Amino acid sequence: METLLDMNITQLRELLKRKEITSVELTGFYLDRIKRYDVELLTYIKLTEDVAMDMAKEADAKIAKGEDGRLLGVPLGIKDIYCTKGIETTCASQMLKGFIPPYDATVIKRLKEEGFVHLGRLNMDEFAMGSSTENSSFQVTKNPWDLERIPGGSSGGSASATAAGLCVASLGTDTGGSIRQPASLCGTVGMKPTYGRVSRYGLIAFASSLDQIGPITRNVTDCAMLMSIIAGYDPMDSTSLTQPVPDYMEYLGRDIKGMKIGIPKEYLVEGMDPDVKKTVEDAISFYVKNGASTVEISLPHTEYAVATYYIICTAEASSNLARYDGVKYGLRVDGKDIIDMYKKTRLKGFGKEVKRRIILGTYVLSSGYYDAYYKKAGQVRTLIRRDFEEAFKKCDIIITPVSPTTAFKAGEKTEDPLTMYLSDIFTIPVNLAGLPGMSLPCGFDSAGLPIGLQIIGQPLDEARMLQAAYVFEAENNVKKIPERFRNG
Amino acid sequence: MKITKDVVEHVAHLGRLELDPDEVELYTVQVDSILEYMDQLNLLDTEGIEPMSHPMPVVCVLRDDVAKDSFSVDASTQNAPEKKGSFFKVPPIIEID
Repeated sequence: METLLDMNITQLRELLKRKEITSVELTGFYLDRIKRYDVELLTYIKLTEDVAMDMAKEADAKIAKGEDGRLLGVPLGIKDIYCTKGIETTCASQMLKGFIPPYDATVIKRLKEEGFVHLGRLNMDEFAMGSSTENSSFQVTKNPWDLERIPGGSSGGSASATAAGLCVASLGTDTGGSIRQPASLCGTVGMKPTYGRVSRYGLIAFASSLDQIGPITRNVTDCAMLMSIIAGYDPMDSTSLTQPVPDYMEYLGRDIKGMKIGIPKEYLVEGMDPDVKKTVEDAISFYVKNGASTVEISLPHTEYAVATYYIICTAEASSNLARYDGVKYGLRVDGKDIIDMYKKTRLKGFGKEVKRRIILGTYVLSSGYYDAYYKKAGQVRTLIRRDFEEAFKKCDIIITPVSPTTAFKAGEKTEDPLTMYLSDIFTIPVNLAGLPGMSLPCGFDSAGLPIGLQIIGQPLDEARMLQAAYVFEAENNVKKIPERFRNG
Repeated sequence: MKITKDVVEHVAHLGRLELDPDEVELYTVQVDSILEYMDQLNLLDTEGIEPMSHPMPVVCVLRDDVAKDSFSVDASTQNAPEKKGSFFKVPPIIEID
């Protein structure tokens, strides 16, 4: 049974189709693993065992009838941020405890159309605000490679569960690195698509001009497969792009001869872990040996990205989170009048980081400060976008580390929000520019912690990024699941 | 100091947040240092640069104005903390003497 962990979705689908395994067995295999290992990892906020078994039985019945579906019978873990009909959806917040959405987010609808099995709801930073999953109001998820360390965030539950083999694959969301950074720190593949490529309908909003949904998987093939399913136009999301979606799977296995890789000179920052630097440089050398070439590029406004990001994301968050008022859904704390009720509800319902961001965002949008902060940040965002446009005149993809360090210890950065924010320096500019970015496991540091390579592409060029990622993965056998989650 | 406790309290009121006194202290210090960090943007000359409001050139998305099914009242109010019939129920908004 352990070999099931090393199979990609296509291989699992073959087994299911040939009836060598049933979806009920496969789902049971993952549920058993979750019960055994999640006591210490704490990746799932809630296991939806009955729903999973019902979906698995339905899948088996369909398979028996000869029906097909790209995910038919395949169990996935879901970040607790997508509205899912009839299943409690909390965003890891006390504010939404008990919230049962009356509809499915578009991504959930698409997964259901392909026949997936819903294992449970994965932990995250509250409302996706954080880089360590320590801001969840329910539990602190551990990194499977070292239980004293954080899994990254905000999609820390998704990355940790995928890395430890507690689901076949999962979905996350990325506003400033929330897919790529945890994917990197847990040694999994993660992709943030071009802004607008995947519908955000039914995704609980944090910062609407930055949020994007994407897969977290144990291999590039599954990433391509899930991208093919979730990408595409949706009339329910006015920011959704109408361009056709290529078959990403077709690009896997194509060589990378002649591909030009841009290396930004600004990305050798102070505080970069030497192991991270060396491992990423080795990966670049691999690409050169396989027919790619490198070119130095400049992204001169990189140093302004974090400040720009925290103005824009907090402003948008303060506005998006105004909906939590104790009236329509979620928590209510009684007050003497309606304003008092709002304030008491929001005091009790939101955690510290969420409140901090609402205060910052409200401040930067408040009368007299709008031009100095929000407008200014929008202008700098234009400059950051232009940097990338210039760079892509000279190269096809850009390679950087995902994170300047490997996973840090729990509690290490919680007291100083600014230090935590700065750990996202390599991922944030990609969201600001609306570009696709992915994290690919490329090795380990001296302590055995995973290191992620970031591949940044031009708008809607996900296929080329997957092509480059696949070549690396196929030739470098980077270990995926930590030993302790394979046996013992 | 860019901001004081009074400013944090005022902004919290605008954002309809009640804060504990120790939270006001903490946020004043933390938000102040974050704002100071954000000040580095002033080093950049952005005169005449259009602020980016959307990462992709998507503008004015419209749909046909056609009536369609939507959520029932029951589905729309199923999560309400308090309701009366088909309405959300809230505490008093206007004081009656």
